Amino acid sequence: MKFVLDDDHRAFASSLDSLLASADTVAVARAWADGEHEPGLRLWQRLAEQGVTALADEPVFLVVAFERLGYHAVPGPWVESVAYLGREDGIGTVAVPPHVPYALDADVTDRDDVGSRHRSVDRTRRLFEVSGEDEPDDEAFDRAVLAVSAQLLGLGERVLDDSVAYVKQRKQFGRQIGSYQAIKHALADVRIALDFARPLVLGAALEEVPASAAKVAAGDAAYRAARTGLQVHGAIGYTAEFDLSLWLTKIRALVTAWGTPAVHRARLLESLVDGGVR
Amino acid sequence: MDLDLSESERAFRDEARAWLAANVPAEPLPSMDTEEGWRLHQEWEAMLAEARWAVVSWPEEYHGRGASLVEWVLFEEEYYRAGAPGRVSQNGIFLLSPILFGYGTQEQQDRFLPSMATGEQIWAQCWSEPEAGSDLASLKSTATRDDERGGWVLNGQKTWSSRATYAHWGFGLFRSDPEAQRHAGLTYFLFPLDADGVTVRPIAQLDGEAGFAEVFLDDVFVPDADVLGGVGDGWRVAMSTAGNERGLSLRSPGRFCAAADRLVALYRERPDARAADGVVDAWLRAHAYRLYTWGTVTRLADGGEMGAAGSVNKVFWSELDIALHETALDLLGPESELESTWLDGYTFSLSGPIYAGTNEVQRNIVAERILGLPREPKGAGR
Repeated sequence: MKFVLDDDHRAFASSLDSLLASADTVAVARAWADGEHEPGLRLWQRLAEQGVTALADEPVFLVVAFERLGYHAVPGPWVESVAYLGREDGIGTVAVPPHVPYALDADVTDRDDVGSRHRSVDRTRRLFEVSGEDEPDDEAFDRAVLAVSAQLLGLGERVLDDSVAYVKQRKQFGRQIGSYQAIKHALADVRIALDFARPLVLGAALEEVPASAAKVAAGDAAYRAARTGLQVHGAIGYTAEFDLSLWLTKIRALVTAWGTPAVHRARLLESLVDGGVR
Repeated sequence: MDLDLSESERAFRDEARAWLAANVPAEPLPSMDTEEGWRLHQEWEAMLAEARWAVVSWPEEYHGRGASLVEWVLFEEEYYRAGAPGRVSQNGIFLLSPILFGYGTQEQQDRFLPSMATGEQIWAQCWSEPEAGSDLASLKSTATRDDERGGWVLNGQKTWSSRATYAHWGFGLFRSDPEAQRHAGLTYFLFPLDADGVTVRPIAQLDGEAGFAEVFLDDVFVPDADVLGGVGDGWRVAMSTAGNERGLSLRSPGRFCAAADRLVALYRERPDARAADGVVDAWLRAHAYRLYTWGTVTRLADGGEMGAAGSVNKVFWSELDIALHETALDLLGPESELESTWLDGYTFSLSGPIYAGTNEVQRNIVAERILGLPREPKGAGR
């Protein structure tokens, strides 16, 4: 019984963190949203060299890596290519209707069936219709769900960090707004939600709970982080120019990507009532 | 990283499971806050102690098994899964005993721990006062030095004292230095509730039963031997109790997982799509709490401390407990207002966000001590 990350996991997380912290991921994401893929593809290559594309069979490392990708708002079809397709080389993407109707970033992959593009609330998520049939794979689907859950956890943690920093610095009525209980309690609730989502994500990686449990909890916690983060930032948080927008819009998109909360709750209910889940 | 149990941990769990299966009363005991229920709960505690299941984590000399933290959590899981009675000795074994082990003298440990383990002596907590609730450090009950008799004289009023109606001893904080402000000058005292000058007045709770009481102290003499920890050091000593109450010890994950399983069973009997999300979320949160606890256990076993994480814990389990029971009442529909174990559980759950430090106080702790947000400016709102 040892339910904390091992030293290897932590070392991997911190090496990814130092790489991403110096990679100006915000500029990479903004360029990606404009269809300038060059910086994003270079970052993909650097992360691949760190082993991020070879984690499909290492669920705990997968969770560790995807949390860091979320924390730094790294764009690209990571879930699709690495978690679902398990591709170590090149970049792939996939559509798995009905839950995943469009193929993310299909224009950077080697697919030859790419149709028209749709705009996502998250401008860095470039969604495409594809005509080819992808073979549904339940195991791969759950792995993708696990990866998205970890990504949501990282996105939520970053919004909380940035919000805490902001409310310590922003003053109104002569006080830091972070000294008001209305602000404190809202941010405390984000801390609590993330703290209790994390064990379900790690528990899903160890197959102790279904991946759906991780997705529901991480989606709820990240969404709470986004709503609260926007509220405590006020009007500046509502601008596209302020970098927080990258995280807020990505959280909104990922909450329903790879199965909505309702879909995952329904899956859980079914397994609970059938007694399949302990 | 793994969730695997060792062979000896599995053996421990199996032994607990077998004993509980053979000994847990088939019918739930009457409420411990009634005279008959109190007696039956005390008898159950004696039975547990006899089989050395009352205080598994204590040393053997005090009726324990020297169990590890992992084993304690396993025992609690089995205990609640078996539907065993609530612990009437809870205040003593979970709240006071860590303080006795940490700060008590050998003599105090030898005198108090055995009868606490067997349920022969039940303890009541005497924290709050009419004017000191969340702001506990503003308490006014006094302890005055009596050199002649070698002790202290207590005066004042305590309230919301859980189990005080039938309990034998109380523990709480008194102001021993009238000159000192707030957290300074407080001392931790132990006193028999049948001592001269003590008056206990039961208070009916929301469910009509006297689960707590007011305790009036009128020149109550307490010998030096019943001071716990140093004179004037009571706040520090008491806060370690509060840490235990909020933290791991009071609300083991087993109770929520067992309740979530019963909720799923209720849903199977009376499926109602409108309450389905509540069932899923209760199960999900109970298991989040279970896994979170295994993380805490790992960190504590590696020498870490609970710290402010106890506040994260407390907000989560208290809200989970209410939501879980609300969902059960939704499933029961118009029958939910009728007396039932679900209704009892619901009513009790409502006290969770209030006792052991309100959830508002806990959120302040999370915000200030974990997130590092600035404290309220001095004097604001006072």
